[in-house]
Amino acid sequence: MTDPMSQATDTTSELVLSEEARIALEAESAHLAAPPHPLAEFWKYFSGNKGAVAGLAFIILIALVALLAPWIAPYSPFAQNVPEAKMPPAWVTGGTWSHLLGTDALGRDILTRIMFGARLSLMMGLVVVTISLILGVSLGLLAGFLRGWVDVVIMRLMDVILSVPSLLLAIAIVAILGPGLENAIYAIAVVVLPHYTRLTRAATLTEATKDYVTASRVAGASRFRLMVHVILPNCVAPLIVQATLGFSTAILDAASLGFLGLGAQPPQPEWGTMLSEAREFVLSHWWIVTFPGLAILTTVLAFNLMGDGLRDALDPRMKR
Amino acid sequence: MALLEIENLTVEFGGGSNPFRAVEEVSYTLEKGEVLGIVGESGSGKSVSSLAVMGLVSFPGKVTASRMAFDGVDLQTLSPRQRRKLTGSDVAMIFQEPMTSLNPCFTVGYQITEALKIHQGGTRAERKARAVDLLGQVGIPDPASRLGTFPHQLSGGMSQRVMIAMAIACDPRLLVADEPTTALDVTIQAQIMDLLLTLQRERGMAMLLITHDLAVVAEAAHRVVVMYAGQVVESGSVPAIFDHPRHPYTKALLAALPERAIGAERLNTIPGVVPGAHDRPKGCLLAPRCPHVQDRCRTERPPLEDGPDQSRVRCFYPLDPDGVPTA
Amino acid sequence: MISFVLRRALLVIPAFIGVTLLTFALVHLIPGDPVLMLAGERGISVERHAELMTQLGLDQPLWLQYATYLGNAIQGNLGKSIVTHRPVTEEFLTLFPATLELSFCAITFAILLGIPAGVLAAVKRGTILDHGVMVVSLTGYSMPIFWWGLLLIMLVSGILGWTPVSGRMDPTIWMDSVTGFMLIDSLLTKEPGAFSSAIRHLILPSLVVGTIPLAVIARMTRSAMLEVLGEDYVRTARAKGVSPLKVVMVHALRNALIPVITVIGLQTGVLLAGAILTETIFAWPGVGKWLVESIGRRDYPAVQGGILLIATVVILVNLLVDVLYGVVNPRIRYRR
Repeated sequence: MTDPMSQATDTTSELVLSEEARIALEAESAHLAAPPHPLAEFWKYFSGNKGAVAGLAFIILIALVALLAPWIAPYSPFAQNVPEAKMPPAWVTGGTWSHLLGTDALGRDILTRIMFGARLSLMMGLVVVTISLILGVSLGLLAGFLRGWVDVVIMRLMDVILSVPSLLLAIAIVAILGPGLENAIYAIAVVVLPHYTRLTRAATLTEATKDYVTASRVAGASRFRLMVHVILPNCVAPLIVQATLGFSTAILDAASLGFLGLGAQPPQPEWGTMLSEAREFVLSHWWIVTFPGLAILTTVLAFNLMGDGLRDALDPRMKR
Repeated sequence: MALLEIENLTVEFGGGSNPFRAVEEVSYTLEKGEVLGIVGESGSGKSVSSLAVMGLVSFPGKVTASRMAFDGVDLQTLSPRQRRKLTGSDVAMIFQEPMTSLNPCFTVGYQITEALKIHQGGTRAERKARAVDLLGQVGIPDPASRLGTFPHQLSGGMSQRVMIAMAIACDPRLLVADEPTTALDVTIQAQIMDLLLTLQRERGMAMLLITHDLAVVAEAAHRVVVMYAGQVVESGSVPAIFDHPRHPYTKALLAALPERAIGAERLNTIPGVVPGAHDRPKGCLLAPRCPHVQDRCRTERPPLEDGPDQSRVRCFYPLDPDGVPTA
Repeated sequence: MISFVLRRALLVIPAFIGVTLLTFALVHLIPGDPVLMLAGERGISVERHAELMTQLGLDQPLWLQYATYLGNAIQGNLGKSIVTHRPVTEEFLTLFPATLELSFCAITFAILLGIPAGVLAAVKRGTILDHGVMVVSLTGYSMPIFWWGLLLIMLVSGILGWTPVSGRMDPTIWMDSVTGFMLIDSLLTKEPGAFSSAIRHLILPSLVVGTIPLAVIARMTRSAMLEVLGEDYVRTARAKGVSPLKVVMVHALRNALIPVITVIGLQTGVLLAGAILTETIFAWPGVGKWLVESIGRRDYPAVQGGILLIATVVILVNLLVDVLYGVVNPRIRYRR
């Protein structure tokens, strides 16, 4: 029995429910006349997600603060002022407007330190993401494109890295390299490496079998050209999402290491390190503990919100 | 009184000022023990309309009708609980994709006895015995040993037999079969169709047979409803419609049957596609594809008009017995 | 089923060897002379240096050193702590019940709250309830848990005074250790007040360690449920007249649990990493606190052994989860 109505493409075996969904989708897109530009379409989906837009706005704000910290911060992050130590925030009795968020045990202005902390956190996030992105993408491309023993060696190595809890591995690496901001960056970059490698490899494997890749190979494209110019652009969307989410992981892990005394060292105004110093005041001076943590939470949350929004807007399968 | 009465059934998707009508003012009736075929291309709304009859259209779909009654009972005024008492017992349904329609986490036995447990009660042993009996009735060999199998261990044909066993478990008076053979191998299709028709005749069960395949309708149905783009375009008895289609679309459908193209160089097709949400014509929905299209067809929507012998047609210029448009 | 378990168990071996290679490499990557490091600042004679090198096997070829290390590790011999001079494995096993008890309570809390929250969000998709669950879970997912712990101590212990600040048991209660699990020991020894004290000490740390798993489980349950609710077999169940509650809780949830269980299994690593941060804050005498302290003391055998043992626990739990996965999902069990 053949379908008398079938055109070039046979859609009759479509599930009823997907038919339902398709109809709903068509109804939704009914208002659009011509297919919009991809970027415009991306922005349409992304801006429809209020959380993602809020995340983006907050990230821009934090980035501005980080960039302009030396000019907009009221004090130096290292300036101690013992007579004014442990001053509460301005709106609490005993606080003054000259120290909006109060001062810490050494009389340093908390707002100033948080502003400079944003520099450290965003910088660490940026460096970690850059290192792991470059390394991870290269390894993933090699593994996915060359296959064979290269693939096996790279991927087994990634499996081993993944089998150890990430913070534990980062701690181990820092324990060996010695505590410090720079070593913490290397440790975190290694820990997040497998995500980029796996993602790129998977994308490469799918793309490499497609006709357009075969076509460029037939046309005489070199392996390097194939990898970098043909396949890579098609893995970009998931990598952007992963990199955004990678920022939040890096910032969180860096703060965790700082808190454990393995990351940035005092007196650097890193948020986790600040919390580590503030621990003893948890029952007596709440503001010394509260604000640095709030800075970590909101920044990480902003990156996660934006990452989720990007994934929904960039991943065609998620579009509904 | 008819077993199933449907009048002006409409299903809309997407709210706001411009909802999309997947099903538009569909009307038909189904007598006790009768087989009614609903025919159309994919996207014609035939599946959605049957889901609406079952009460299975979920959010964001919106179902309205001026009358929707089963055995005289108005389905629209029933509470959800009362409605569920009918679904699965008096009205049962089987679906197009048997492989995905069975729950992969439960055994065949569990899934068959579940309907029995809900609607008929009885002891565990009674339900089990009944399930074995049902599996035997749908032609599954060694039914007793099949109760413990999981769906992924069954072939497509076997899965559809299990689906049929589940559907007839509570002796329904109406069986809705939504493309029951489309997803199956050609050799299995005839077996399943035979099984369905045998069960239908033995039990005097009414059947709503949704299909895109006119050959199946010719063989199985008493009457037929032809749907296009969410609307009924023609309905009537199978012999009348097959001999003298009055709607150009029905005629084209019949002409496209491979059986009718013996000796021809190539199979007949209908050029163009079913209109989607954003390219619905202002006038007759078939106008862009109709070989007999007139000016009036492009500007005005034709109504569904009653003809002789309970037949209906939605066309300004229905075809006469010679296949020529009337003026 | 047995062959499925065996096949899966075999996969543990390469992972274990990989981890031993990693921990082995970690120690050998430490810049500087390990013997000089052991000796500290006092210095060491050349003869004593050579003697120690031989004693520690450091004069042998690298592959032989690794083979010895691996052989010892398999027998549970991970060397002695430089600080306490007790075997690392013994120290670990003494402290591990505390971490296990904490992790167990944390994941129980996360599952009991996360799955219902996810199901509810999926069923009420698009409502305020759904958005609320999603916002709360994303916040939990973004939480720096060391700060979260401090915040809870500040609010619940400090201001409200409901829970103790640190430790596993009131110092006034003394109890023999039977199993190492305070909840079980307090019931076994029938020490008055011990059980309620153990619970009160567990609440905050469990909540903190369980926060990220809770967020992950809730999000995963929601998305798995949303996907499953659109499946054909859910429609079949509705067509049988199954009540909406049973459709969700029996037909859909059973299928949605398959990915959720995988995700729960993946939380082992998160739990143990959480324990490292949380135990330090709550002075919880478990392996996490011990590991952080060992790093501070440069007790390399303890760090190396601790990492290997924690990683081994993670690998074994993942094995357990995969087997459980096979039980829940019949399709896996029979796959060749």
